Amino acid sequence: MRFTDGVRWIVTALGTGRSRSILTVVGIAIGIAAVALLTAIGEGVRSYVMTEFSQFGTRIIGVSPGKNVTGGIGGILSSVRPLTVDDADALRRIPAVETVIPVVQGVGELEFEGRHRNVKVMGVNADMPAAWNFRVAQGRFLPEVQAGAASSPYVVLGHTAHQELFGDRSALGRKVRLGGRAFRVIGVIEPKGDMLGFDLDDIAYIPADLALQLFNRESLMEIDLTFAAGADMVKLQADIRRRLIDRHGREDFTVTTQDQMLNSLDSILSVLTLAVALLGSISLLVGSVGIVTTLTTSVQERRGEIGLLHALGAPRQQILILFLGESVALSLCGGGIGILILLACKGVALVFYPAFPLTPQPLYIALALLLSVGIGLLAGATPAYRASILNPVDALRSE
Amino acid sequence: MVLASGLRPDSESRPDSESRSAPVVRLSQLNRYFQLGDQTVKALDGVDLVIETGDYLSVMGPSGSGKSTLLNVLGLLDRPTSGDYFLNGRLTTGLSESELAHHRQIAIGFVFQSYHLIPRLSARGNMELPLVLAGWSPAQRRQRVDEMLDRLQLSARADHLPRQLSGGQRQRVAIGRAVMLKPSILLADEPTGNLDTHSGAEVVRILEELNQEGITLVVVTHDQALGARAARQLRMVDGRIVMDQRVDSGAT
Ligand SMILES: Nc1ncnc2c1ncn2[C@@H]1O[C@H](COP(=O)(O)OP(=O)(O)O)[C@@H](O)[C@H]1O
Ligand SMILES: [Mg+2]
Repeated sequence: MRFTDGVRWIVTALGTGRSRSILTVVGIAIGIAAVALLTAIGEGVRSYVMTEFSQFGTRIIGVSPGKNVTGGIGGILSSVRPLTVDDADALRRIPAVETVIPVVQGVGELEFEGRHRNVKVMGVNADMPAAWNFRVAQGRFLPEVQAGAASSPYVVLGHTAHQELFGDRSALGRKVRLGGRAFRVIGVIEPKGDMLGFDLDDIAYIPADLALQLFNRESLMEIDLTFAAGADMVKLQADIRRRLIDRHGREDFTVTTQDQMLNSLDSILSVLTLAVALLGSISLLVGSVGIVTTLTTSVQERRGEIGLLHALGAPRQQILILFLGESVALSLCGGGIGILILLACKGVALVFYPAFPLTPQPLYIALALLLSVGIGLLAGATPAYRASILNPVDALRSE
Repeated sequence: MVLASGLRPDSESRPDSESRSAPVVRLSQLNRYFQLGDQTVKALDGVDLVIETGDYLSVMGPSGSGKSTLLNVLGLLDRPTSGDYFLNGRLTTGLSESELAHHRQIAIGFVFQSYHLIPRLSARGNMELPLVLAGWSPAQRRQRVDEMLDRLQLSARADHLPRQLSGGQRQRVAIGRAVMLKPSILLADEPTGNLDTHSGAEVVRILEELNQEGITLVVVTHDQALGARAARQLRMVDGRIVMDQRVDSGAT
């Protein structure tokens, strides 16, 4: 039998049992769309998160208080010495380190001439714009402070915070109140946008030591370090550890490189992707069961036809191939429609939310189609085999 | 691409010259038993039969006497329980499934009481099915099928589906399909069983015409008049051939 004749045979056979075929195709389509869509989202979210993170620069090491002990929280329960601004100053003396930023976060109420706004408050230091790739739009950022000296009550506003409080007026030199204390505005940051849905511009930056007082905290939340390109990471981490252990007496802190942060993020995303792909596979399973029943019924109904094929001398494997072909055609059709659904979703996403990370990769589309072929072969195997070994005498008698 | 190797239109479908002189069919002590519970039904019971090329046989006998079973065995659709079956001089017992399928394709034509046309295919589509399965090209098929449609006076009905055809037309399509690859033997099981007298006569006329062109013809029938037309008349009872009569001049 010629290939084109085989295809024509399969298509007309499927066209005859149309309503059942359509139902099965829809099942597979939804499954394939789900798998492809979810993998696309997974892949998209990953690269989205990666770029979001690397916008702060890639040569960042974080030090946080408390030791991560795998399998328990013992390290946190036992007494942990606070990370202080002095610790940060000490780390600055490591040769490869370029900038050190003590970080304290909180929320506070900004007030100016009777206007109020709740903003995120970041306690940092003069190194922050350089370390995190922020640029100052007006005025200047927080000034350098001598190690050990107290900072002046200055505040630098993010774009949104400034807009909300001052509108088009200049804020430079104005006094605002933050958490009940007076701060002088000395600068405004350029708009930075969102990161993972969080507005980076609705922030007030104040010196870290003042933030500690404001939030009544002993310890910094984190110390961020940036280092020179080409620095020896292993030595650098060792240096950081040694210096802090010297000061704390033991390792009651955690050093995290950005690579490690991205890695753990990556593995979380991988698990997520896997989970959603699994969900899609379940709908595919449902679709394949549909194929099995469709084909089984079809073989049952077309016993006379199968008997005839035998009588006309069609070899068993030819009958097997024809029925497998019907199965693969069904699933491939479902797969194709699934891909179309995916592309439609992409289109809708583009119109309504361009930033939504949905990238259907050609590789995944190809894999999805391949998957549907595999499903067709697998689901069709048993009914097609049954058709091929049908006793022709019985089959011909059945009409 | 060809899905499975099949007969090419130009290939020689007849067996080698040595066996050409052999009878089309030779059955020797052929048995076909069915086991029903602890009971053995002897559908064919020690059948000896030689059918020469060009023979025209009718097989009559009461219902359940084994006529259909004989036809199925002759057509290689069913395997005998024991005994030998030589088709065109070649022993068929012991052939593999695919060899049997191949012999069905090149040497056997079936005509059924219930036609067994494929409902979604047109008259042409049904007729060309053996050629499609054998891998003929559309152009070669068209020529062959056109000839056959013309000969069976079905040209005007070529694109009709089976349900749009009368019983007689359906059976003519089925006959065209059966002889499409020029089989050495044509096996018809009650070919007129579902037809009125007129269409039945037309179908018989076509079968006999094909027989006169050299195709060996075996017709199973309940119809005395039809059975009496054959040059050689068999009668079966309980799986045995109880009468094998040659009539010098069949009715013409
Ligand atoms: N598949 C089968 N299983 C069991 N018994 C069968 C089968 N096919 C035929 N028989 C039996 O074999 C005998 C001959 O049947 P069959 O050849 O169909 O007779 P006929 O065609 O002469 O009416 C009958 O008794 C029938 O019941
Ligand atoms: Mg019968």
